[in-house]
Amino acid sequence: MDFDLNEEQRLLKESIDGLLTDSYDFESRKKYMKEKGGWSKAVWGKLAEQGLLGLPFSEADGGFGGGGVETMIVMEALGKALVLEPYLATVVIGGGFLRHAGTDAQKAAHVPGIIDGSKTLAFAQLEKNSRYDLFDVSTTAKKKGDGWVIDGEKFVVLNGENADTLVVTARTKGNRRDTSGIGVFLVPANAKGVTKKSYPTQDGLHAADITFTGVEVGADAAVGNPEDGLALIERVVDEARVALCAEAVGLMDESLKTTVEYIKTRKQFGVAIGSFQSLQHRASDMFVAAEQARSMSMFATMANDFEDAKERANAIAAAKVQIGKSAKFVGQQSIQLHGGIGMTMEARIGHYFKRLTMIENTFGDTDYHQRRVADSGGLI
Amino acid sequence: MDLAFTKEEQAFREEVRSFFRDNVPPDTRRKLVEGRHLTKDEMVTWWRILNKKGWGVSHWPKQYGGTGWTSVQHYIFNEELQSYPAPQPLAFGVSMVGPVIYTFGNEEQKKKYLPRIANVDDWWCQGFSEPGSGSDLASLKTKAERKGDKWIINGQKTWTTLAQHADMIFCLCRTDASAKKQMGISFIVFPMKSKGVTVRPIQTIDGGHEVNEVFFDDVEVPYENLIGEENKGWDYAKFLLGNERTGIARVGVSKERLRRIRDLAGKVESGGKPIIQDSAFREKLAACEIELKALELTQLRVVADEGKHGKGKPNPASSVLKIKGSEIQQTTTELLMEVIGPFAAPYDVHGDDGSNEAMDWTAQIAPSYFNNRKVSIYGGSNEIQRNIIAKAVLGL
Repeated sequence: MDFDLNEEQRLLKESIDGLLTDSYDFESRKKYMKEKGGWSKAVWGKLAEQGLLGLPFSEADGGFGGGGVETMIVMEALGKALVLEPYLATVVIGGGFLRHAGTDAQKAAHVPGIIDGSKTLAFAQLEKNSRYDLFDVSTTAKKKGDGWVIDGEKFVVLNGENADTLVVTARTKGNRRDTSGIGVFLVPANAKGVTKKSYPTQDGLHAADITFTGVEVGADAAVGNPEDGLALIERVVDEARVALCAEAVGLMDESLKTTVEYIKTRKQFGVAIGSFQSLQHRASDMFVAAEQARSMSMFATMANDFEDAKERANAIAAAKVQIGKSAKFVGQQSIQLHGGIGMTMEARIGHYFKRLTMIENTFGDTDYHQRRVADSGGLI
Repeated sequence: MDLAFTKEEQAFREEVRSFFRDNVPPDTRRKLVEGRHLTKDEMVTWWRILNKKGWGVSHWPKQYGGTGWTSVQHYIFNEELQSYPAPQPLAFGVSMVGPVIYTFGNEEQKKKYLPRIANVDDWWCQGFSEPGSGSDLASLKTKAERKGDKWIINGQKTWTTLAQHADMIFCLCRTDASAKKQMGISFIVFPMKSKGVTVRPIQTIDGGHEVNEVFFDDVEVPYENLIGEENKGWDYAKFLLGNERTGIARVGVSKERLRRIRDLAGKVESGGKPIIQDSAFREKLAACEIELKALELTQLRVVADEGKHGKGKPNPASSVLKIKGSEIQQTTTELLMEVIGPFAAPYDVHGDDGSNEAMDWTAQIAPSYFNNRKVSIYGGSNEIQRNIIAKAVLGL
C-alpha cells in the first residue's frame, strides 16, 4: 500500500511541470489556439524532446516503458496547465491501439513518428446516434480484395484537423448495435474519400466531423481482429477515461488553487471575501470533492492493470462517476466564488470550468457510468 | 504507487476475519446488523474476548499491551471489525483516556488505570461537552477548585455517552478562571460513584438512551487524579481528539450496511418485483457505493501516509474522512428507509429477542435513520470540519 511516487516519477513530474510553467501561461495558450488545428507545433516538439511522447511505449518500440502512473502524472500536469496539444488523441488513444494490438509493421510505421513529434493521430469513433455506446457503429468496412472500403460519418474527432492518421472504428459484420463485427482501422488522413469539417470546441480544443466515402485501405490497415475488435476498443477507451480522470484532477487542483487565491485577495465590505464563512465552507467542500476525485483517479490508474476485464471496467466507470460529480461541483463553484469576473472570457478560471465540463461528456457521462456500475451488481 | 495489499496483509485479514467468525457471539452480531442497542453485558463480554486475544488495545504501545501492528494492519482490523460487524472497542477508554494516560500520566496512574481500561474493568465516559459549550468546547465552565489535597468539582456535563454504564469519567475542568479560556483547563479523572455525581438520561429522537447529563455537586476528588500538569488540559484534549480519527470514516460500517441494503432490496418487492430491479433505486445504491469507494481510497491514502511519515500532527485529511464518512453513513440509513417503505412506521413492539422474524428486521430501521443524524454533529460537527479545512489546508 503506497500512494507515493518513486524517484523517477517525481523527476518526471518536476520536468513536465517545469516545461509547462515556462511555455504555457494563459497568454501563450491564446496564441497556440490560433495556430492551424488549434495547438502549437513548437510545444509539441518540446514534449517530444523531453521524451513525453514516447513515455508509454515499450523500449523495444523506441519508448520509455512507462506505465499508468507515468501517464497519470503527465495528464495531471497537462490538465493543470490547460494544455491544448493532442496528447490524449495521439499518445494515449492512437498509441494505445498500436501498443495493445499493433503488428510489428504497424508499430514501425507509426510509433517513431509519434515519439519524435512529427506525426499525430485522431480517434474517429463517435457517430451521430451512438452517444456513449462503443459498440454502436454504423460506419462500415467492407472487404475488397485484400483490403477494405470504409464508408460512414464520424463526429467530434479531437485533433481531426491536424492528425496524420485516423484510427477509425467500423463495422465489418452484423447490425448497428451488435457487439461483434467491429474493427479498428488506420486510415491516412489524406486518403481519397476522406473529407473533414473542422471547428473549435467549447473548451478551446479543435475537432472535426469526418466523412468517409469509399475510402480504400490495405489489409494492413486493420488493428487487431477486424471482426471482433470491441474488447480492444473498450480497453483503449478505458485507458483514455483513466487519462481524462487524471487530467480532470489537474484541472480541479488548479481551479481550487486559483479560486482560493482569488477569495483571499478580492475585497468587499472592506475585507477579503475569503474571510466569510459561507465562502470558506464552499471552498472546503471543493477541497473534499477534489480529494475524492484524486483518490478515484489513483484507483482507476491501478485498475488499468486489473486482470479481470469486468472488474477493470467497473472500477474505471466508478472513477468516471466520481470525477464527473467532483468536476461539476468544483467547476461550477469556482465560477460562483469568482463572481462576475468568473463569467468573463479574459479570466482563466472559466476556461478550466469549460474543459472540466467537456470531460464529463467524453467517453460516457456520470449517468452513463453510474448505470454501468449499478447494472454490474455494484462495487462493494 | 502500489495499491495492492501484500500477501502478509491479506493473510492478516483472513486471520482477523476468522477470529471474528469464531468468537463474536451470534446474537451480538445480529443486533448490530439490525441496528439495535447492545446491553452492557453483551459489550463487555465481547471486549474481554478481544482483550484476551491481545487485540483489546491494539494501537497502544507494546509495553502497555498494544500489538505493534503497522498502520495498514490497524486499518484492516478496523475495517473487518466494522464490517463483520462486531462492537468496536469502547472509544472513551481505549482511544481517548488511555493514550492520554500513557502519554502524560505518571507511572502510578499508568499502573492503576491502563490494565483496567484494556479489560474494561472500568467503563469510562467522557466529560467534555457542557450545555453552553458544544463546538466551542474551550468555553466550558465546570470548575475544579483546589482545597488541600483535594479538588472540589462543581458544574454540569452533557451528551455524556453511555454514562449510565460508566465507572470512571475523564473531565475537562476550569482550574484557573483568570487565564485565557484555553489556558486554565485541567484534565481530571474520578469515579462516577463519587458523592455528588448525578446522571440523568437524555432520550434521543430514536427513542434510545445513549447520552446523559451529568451533574457535579461539590464532588471531592483526590488531587493526584489530575492527569499531567495543571492548566494543560486543553493540550491533552487536543491530543485526544487527534487520536480519535482511527476509523472515523467508518468505511467498514457503511460497507456492511450497503451489503444489507442489497440483500434486503433483493427480497422486498415494489411493483411486483424486487426493488433492486428498479433502476432508479439501483443507481442510487451505486452512487453511494462509488462515494464509499472513493472514501475508502482517501482513507487508505491517510493510512499509507501515516505508515510512511509517522503520525505527527493531526492530519487535516481526517476532516475529509469525517465529513464524507458521516454523509455516507447517513445515506445508507436513508436507503434502508427507502427499501422498507411503509414498514418503516411500526414502533418496535416485538422486542429485540429475534423471535418475530417476520417483522423484527424492519423494527430498527427508522430509529437507526433518526439516530444517524448524530454522526454529522458529534466529534466536531461537519461545519467545524469545514472550518478546519478552510484554515488548516486552504489558509483562509
